[in-house]
Amino acid sequence: MSDLTDLYQEVILDHNRRPRNFRVLEDATHQAEGYNPLCGDRLNLFLKLDGDVIADVGFQGSGCAISKASASLMTDSVKGSAIADARALFDRFHRMVTTPPDVEVEDLGKLSALAGVREFPVRVKCASLAWHTLKAALEHADKATTE
Amino acid sequence: MTVAVRARGFDVARVRADFPILRRSVRGRPLVYLDNAATTQKPQVVIDALTRYYTEINANVHRGVHELSEVASEAYEGARLKIASFINAPDGRSIVFTRNATESINLVAHAFGRSRVGAGDEVLISAMEHHSNIVPWQLLCEERGARLRVAPINDRGELLLDQFEALLNDRTRLVSIAHMSNALGTINPVEDIVRLAHARGIPVLLDGSQAAYHMPVDVQALDCDFYVATGHKLYGPTGIGFLYGKADLLESLPPFMGGGDMISSVTFEKSTWNTLPHKFEAGTPDISGAIVLGVAIDYIQSVGLTEIAAHEQELLAYGTDALTSVRGLRLIGTARRKASILSFVLDGVHPHDIGTIVDREGVAVRTGHHCAQPVMDRFGVPATARASLAMYNTREEIDTLVRALERVRAVFG
Repeated sequence: MSDLTDLYQEVILDHNRRPRNFRVLEDATHQAEGYNPLCGDRLNLFLKLDGDVIADVGFQGSGCAISKASASLMTDSVKGSAIADARALFDRFHRMVTTPPDVEVEDLGKLSALAGVREFPVRVKCASLAWHTLKAALEHADKATTE
Repeated sequence: MTVAVRARGFDVARVRADFPILRRSVRGRPLVYLDNAATTQKPQVVIDALTRYYTEINANVHRGVHELSEVASEAYEGARLKIASFINAPDGRSIVFTRNATESINLVAHAFGRSRVGAGDEVLISAMEHHSNIVPWQLLCEERGARLRVAPINDRGELLLDQFEALLNDRTRLVSIAHMSNALGTINPVEDIVRLAHARGIPVLLDGSQAAYHMPVDVQALDCDFYVATGHKLYGPTGIGFLYGKADLLESLPPFMGGGDMISSVTFEKSTWNTLPHKFEAGTPDISGAIVLGVAIDYIQSVGLTEIAAHEQELLAYGTDALTSVRGLRLIGTARRKASILSFVLDGVHPHDIGTIVDREGVAVRTGHHCAQPVMDRFGVPATARASLAMYNTREEIDTLVRALERVRAVFG
């Protein structure tokens, strides 16, 4: 049972019940859809970029507790940050959820609540879906800025 | 726990003893395997037969005059006859070995579809089909300019027979429908389906992937034109399945794949086709798979499909009551005629979270769309959790599932 409580920490259950930034951004400058065909999790991510800063972020969609909580936590942690910082955070998050359970990982504050997925390899995709969607939306942003 | 009416003459403890995997533990707990609609476990006789084939028989079939090739060919053709007898097909000519039910359907979509379905024609399926009975027809219809029609189902997950009938018309070239639904457990009124289609001269394919290991099947009584099934759900190995087709119909169709064994003569100008069923079996087949599937069918028949069906029906009734006692649980698929499938959703909990938590209790259930996305859409759910039963499951295992679901409730409130 201990690994289950690692996975379903109170922070996760709370963000699953009351996801933050769970809304459509009417004035979004960028958006992307994330889809995990294996489990049907679907996520629409909205970004409002102001120069190289993520001024606002929102999401909609349906999915398991892990994917929903991860999306909610992600929006909280990238809102107001520079695009480059958000990308760097993605890398650190990805490292955290793919490091073997017995190896120590960097403390990512609230995001560390998701470190428990390391004991559930099939659920890593659930935790990463929102981040991959963010990356896709930002790649689109790159395209938009280089054109 | 009370032991009320057990299926007569059926001893589940004895059956369980035949399946070595059921003795293993998972996550430190006894394995409770409730994912049988995905694949069933294998009895020891099946596992032994696989070893025996490669230890004592291995040779290619229909080729050599040497002793081993003769033995292998005889065993391979013997397995075909066992399958014929299992579904009461008139003879071995009407049984084609394939990799699985999906390949069997694709075979029909190619051989029948590409010779009989043209622009403006229609293929009729139902709203409860597995992707394997949707996508081959979509590919065919796209290629031929034909139209895929879908007969609707009601909120219980039952086919609406009058609407099915209304969809039959003079452009309908084939009806292809699940004998039993993998996502809902519904047993379709296949006798009526065949009768209604035949009244208009339309042939019928029945997908028996789920039905064949839960109930006796008689293709001659059903009078269906094609029947497909897969070996790994019949307690046999993966990689082997079969197609039954009425011999005169199969005879009239062009081949599916070209290669060795399916020809009677080859020149660079022209080749002629082998007789049935070999015309549809190009290349070296899964010889061991076929032979071992024959052994699996022997095993099923030694237990008795009627007895298995009675046991599973009793378990389904018990499981239906037990699961509906869980707070916030809703069954998806409540057809009056159903078998062995308990698909469900829990209020406020995504099926994947259910799957992860019950797995920690040693319980294996499937979560997701079950390769039947249109069914999920029909019921307005992204996915379900599904417990599916087989001959070796017990009431105690259902109780374990229910306790595991209570744990899910404890985590999610």
